[in-house]
Amino acid sequence: MDTFLQQLINGIVLGSIYSLVALGYTLVYGIMGLINFAHGDIVMVGAMVTLTVTRLLANSGLPGPLILGIGVLTAIPACMAVGYLVERIAYRPLRNAPRLAPLITAIGVSILLQNLAMMLWGREYLSFPQILPAQTMAVGGASISTIQLVIVASSCIMMAGLSWLIRKTRLGNAMRATAQNPEVATLMGVNVNTIISITFVLGSALAATAGMMVSAYYGIAHYDMGFILGLKAFTAAVLGGIGNIEGAMLGGLLLGVIESMGAGYLGTLTGGIMGSNYQDVFAFFVLILVLVFRPSGLLGERVGERP
Amino acid sequence: MAAILLASCAKQKPGSEFVVKIGSVAPLTGPQSHLGKDNDNGVRLAAEEINASGLVIGGKKTRIEVLSEDDQADPRTATIVAQKLVDEGVNGVVGHFNSGTSIPASRIYSDAGIPQISPSATATTYTGQGFETTFRVVTNDRQQGEALAKFAVGTLHARTIAIIDDRTAYGQGIADEFEKDAKAEGAALVAHEFTSDHATDFTAILTSIKGKNPDLIFYGGMDAQAGPMMKQMRNLGMKMAFLGADGSKSPEFIKLAGASAEGAYASAPGLPLDKMPGGKAFVERFTAKYGKIQLYSPYSFDATMALVNAMKQAGSTDPSRYLPALSKIKMDGVTGPISFDSKGDIMHGAVTLYQVRNGSWIALP
Repeated sequence: MDTFLQQLINGIVLGSIYSLVALGYTLVYGIMGLINFAHGDIVMVGAMVTLTVTRLLANSGLPGPLILGIGVLTAIPACMAVGYLVERIAYRPLRNAPRLAPLITAIGVSILLQNLAMMLWGREYLSFPQILPAQTMAVGGASISTIQLVIVASSCIMMAGLSWLIRKTRLGNAMRATAQNPEVATLMGVNVNTIISITFVLGSALAATAGMMVSAYYGIAHYDMGFILGLKAFTAAVLGGIGNIEGAMLGGLLLGVIESMGAGYLGTLTGGIMGSNYQDVFAFFVLILVLVFRPSGLLGERVGERP
Repeated sequence: MAAILLASCAKQKPGSEFVVKIGSVAPLTGPQSHLGKDNDNGVRLAAEEINASGLVIGGKKTRIEVLSEDDQADPRTATIVAQKLVDEGVNGVVGHFNSGTSIPASRIYSDAGIPQISPSATATTYTGQGFETTFRVVTNDRQQGEALAKFAVGTLHARTIAIIDDRTAYGQGIADEFEKDAKAEGAALVAHEFTSDHATDFTAILTSIKGKNPDLIFYGGMDAQAGPMMKQMRNLGMKMAFLGADGSKSPEFIKLAGASAEGAYASAPGLPLDKMPGGKAFVERFTAKYGKIQLYSPYSFDATMALVNAMKQAGSTDPSRYLPALSKIKMDGVTGPISFDSKGDIMHGAVTLYQVRNGSWIALP
């Protein structure tokens, strides 16, 4: 039971990181039907910036949570700027191009960001200074560390904030209008270009936070960390129904828990035939299963193809 | 007589030097680039020192040129760069760094008849393929696995053991050798979990191991995973011993694991740097040029020296002419005496065990 609870906690922590990144994919896809493959690398930029700031301040005598706060508050504007520039330079000129063109550009941007990061921060794995206390709380036989609490709490706050922004504000209204039909939104006085820029910037802010979480949690950052993470988060977005905000949150959490449980119990369940080496296979197996029965994801709605 | 020789040397134009090309292959990008660059620097140091002191092979003044290639620790890329080196007409190769890359590349070098000495590939299969051109200057995993198992069961008194490996030729190889030998020593295996050489999250497999509460966790893989793994282990409140093999035994491991690294054990083939016959002088020369030694640069230095010495003895840089001299070579290297058995493995390879104490690896007696 202790092990089960611990795996569940591990899964939820991992899942809330996936959710934050998945939201970035889903926001952009919802508004302009583009899969932004460079999103994972924006997470990496967030991790790298947080790490750099944290390292600079590690010996300043400031309390750990404050240093981490300063780190992430530096990373968020940095990632917002990167996200804005990527949209402005790489995607906007291709707004009316065939769908394949921006997809290829997205992959190009991803490679570019990785190589820039390699030049800036080097090729090695960088270690994150241990600034948060390593103390753990015992909850029903399982242990929860401070950083795990920080991750789950801040990701809940960010998701709640995003939901509120989309549902209750004028900006959210404009975003939903643009997602439904850009032309009509323009006729209603919505500046579609600004809305798309804001969407990218919002997604990048979430990515920056996720980057801080990943690097602080696993204690490590490197220039190509965004690739696999981005792929997993994209999977989570598809699992929940891409384009759907709640879907991305649910998909992320679900994928995290599935991965954790898969790694923990696959060996026992199959009598040692399949071990933790099938962890990822298991996650994708669940994805395929869901897509067979619900092609548009768990919470996705069946929508007609865009003109 | 000496004066005449000197005079004739001086008359020779610098451009008329004979050039011998030595390929140096290691991952120069990616998670293992710090180790790959370390190997490459060992080759470069050897070449620079030989060139500076003047090299004469078969009566001709010769200069060494190092061709560095990046195999990204990827078996597929390894075969591409190996073919590239063969096409460029290298006389010998020092590399590759990993077992997973050295094994597929060895066939290409063997087909081209070019001698290959790996300074760091420890998987048993590397020299077990029956190629005449395949050598290594490092102790192999069979010997290392045996020493690790004896240490885990005999010295640390581990009764129950969990193993994690990264499913690379090296990681899986050393983990399997360790598993076999540890069982033979009387320990019980409670779990064998898997990860990959790009993973950063080990909490799920560690939690599953935690439930089985073994006395010791053995990791077969590289430092970029071992470091974070150790950190996550301690964060999960797991207090059992952590044992790694040579891939984990680097300064990078301590950097990545931070304070959690304290008390970790790992083995490394060969003697500790300060016990190597030429260790002290090598450290001074190397650090002056390239900074801190990571792992295998003394071995890549020796591998280069072995190639050049064989060429000198044979009086030729032609691979087919100096290969017989290489297989019979007897020389004193930085890491110890260098000579090969019939398979191409180093003779009398030693294994040393280390522990992290106060933030650095200390050799255990």
